[in-house]
Amino acid sequence: MMTAGLSLEQAPPFNVPLRFFLTAPPFLLLAAGLLLWQGPDLFASRWLPAALALTHLLTLGFMAQVMLGALLQILPVVVGVVVPRPRLTAALIHIPLTLGALVLATAFLGGGPTWFQAAAGLLGLGFGVALLAIHLALWRAPVVGSTVIALRCALGALLVTVVLGVLLSGFLAWGWRLPVFELTQLHATWGLLGWTVLLVTGVAYQVVPMFQITPPYPTWLSRGFAPLLAVLLAAWSTFVLIGWRAAAGWTGAALAVGAVLVAVATLWLLTRRRRKIGDPTLNFWRASMASLLAGALLWLLTPWVSTLAQAPQVEVLLGILSIFGFAVAMINGMLYKIVPFLAWFHLQAQLFQHVKVPNMKQLLPDACVRQQWWSYLAALLLLLAAAVQPRLFAYPAALAVGVAGGWLGINLLRVCRIYYRVLRSGPPGDLNR
Amino acid sequence: MAVITQFLADEHHCCDESFATVEEAAQTGDLAGCRQRFQQFQAAMEHHFQKEEAVLFPAFEQATGNTMGPTQVMRLEHQQMRQALAEMAQALAGGDLDDLLGQSETLLILMQQHNIKEEQILYPMCDRALSAAAGSVIQDMRDLPLGQPT
Repeated sequence: MMTAGLSLEQAPPFNVPLRFFLTAPPFLLLAAGLLLWQGPDLFASRWLPAALALTHLLTLGFMAQVMLGALLQILPVVVGVVVPRPRLTAALIHIPLTLGALVLATAFLGGGPTWFQAAAGLLGLGFGVALLAIHLALWRAPVVGSTVIALRCALGALLVTVVLGVLLSGFLAWGWRLPVFELTQLHATWGLLGWTVLLVTGVAYQVVPMFQITPPYPTWLSRGFAPLLAVLLAAWSTFVLIGWRAAAGWTGAALAVGAVLVAVATLWLLTRRRRKIGDPTLNFWRASMASLLAGALLWLLTPWVSTLAQAPQVEVLLGILSIFGFAVAMINGMLYKIVPFLAWFHLQAQLFQHVKVPNMKQLLPDACVRQQWWSYLAALLLLLAAAVQPRLFAYPAALAVGVAGGWLGINLLRVCRIYYRVLRSGPPGDLNR
Repeated sequence: MAVITQFLADEHHCCDESFATVEEAAQTGDLAGCRQRFQQFQAAMEHHFQKEEAVLFPAFEQATGNTMGPTQVMRLEHQQMRQALAEMAQALAGGDLDDLLGQSETLLILMQQHNIKEEQILYPMCDRALSAAAGSVIQDMRDLPLGQPT
């Protein structure tokens, strides 16, 4: 009884990460609703206000939401330090982030300057608290390993992304005079290639070999990738800002090659897994890495193929591959490991020796995961098809995104329902933990 | 040189391999094979725990004067894993391979997040604190016979 309780001291309460995880799927439903409302026109260009609203529903409402919630959870494990006042910190990140994502999407959809001002304030606050809390924790890390380095680089990239985002909202809210086109490119690239790819790869070095029991990543890749990517991003940004197009092209190509390397290394490791039993979340890893690979190759190819270089669809495809393909697949798959495990872990700690705690597969059967996987895959393929043939595929894609998001939410709620039911069946007095 | 980190991380990998063979047998419905592999796996885990609890942790605590810090958390997590292993053994005794696979999913995560803490934080701290004595600590761990589970 005491054993589990004490080791819990390092883990934040269940509702700290859970509030982020449960808020994410409804944002997929909102994205689906927006796609239905706007129809095929949304796919005409990434610069359309509706496309920007959709992008931020996914990146802020779904991606950042889960990524920050998961970081608060795993810091004690991978770094060995606890984020102080976890409930308060989580609320100060979660509420402004959620409201900020909604307000920003409304602003893009015609809300006007006041809404952009509100969004900048809310998101600045939420990300500010997150960056501060996580930086303070990383600062106190007793040992600096490759994961800490990758996390620091990822957080640095998040800082750049947020600052650029606030600057851009300054343009939209207060009419600041800025090179908006260049800053938007930078904002998107630092957010997707910097923060997202660095965080995912930093986590993958640990998670893939350990949980799938594969050989480790080659050391040159796990040690060198994050700093190299960060330096390349900084160089690329400088070239874009001062207008050195050729140099920007080459550093951009180097960035894409980096993404190809990580994707290929991960896909290759997954073929060499020693864990022979079927694992439905593997599909999400494969889809994620295949999307990263396809996106990076498309980016590499575009300058060389004139038909591609002039097609606005390429940018839309890149967005779908990197956001809905790479990031959403990864997050969707990880949620299926994290949420059942945490539910089991907290039940075990609170009820151990009183009640038999359901195991992870009883909390979330493989069949539920497999079914939702097919809906996710359908959504991804239909979105890609809609980028090329919006008239035909936009509505089916919207419906599929809604089904995938709703289903993910139902699966996570299922785990929570069992969690609270088992908790109530335990001895009185344990409920308030 | 991170000799302790290397030595014990290698043991983690051996246990991982052994774990995978248990799951594989359970997946194919081979109850007898699964029981035999599980016994080997449980013994390997227990031996590894004992090497740490009887040799490494006391050496670290003596070198740093810290008995309530990270080693205490690691001991408690060992108890958690012993409990999870006992539940797997119970599932096997009842011949319920589905239950075993559900338990093994949980054990794998417990095991790996414990390994992350040890390999990323505790072992490097041990290598630093024990520096010159690391060789003899490793030798003592090699020589430790497998005792009764605690």
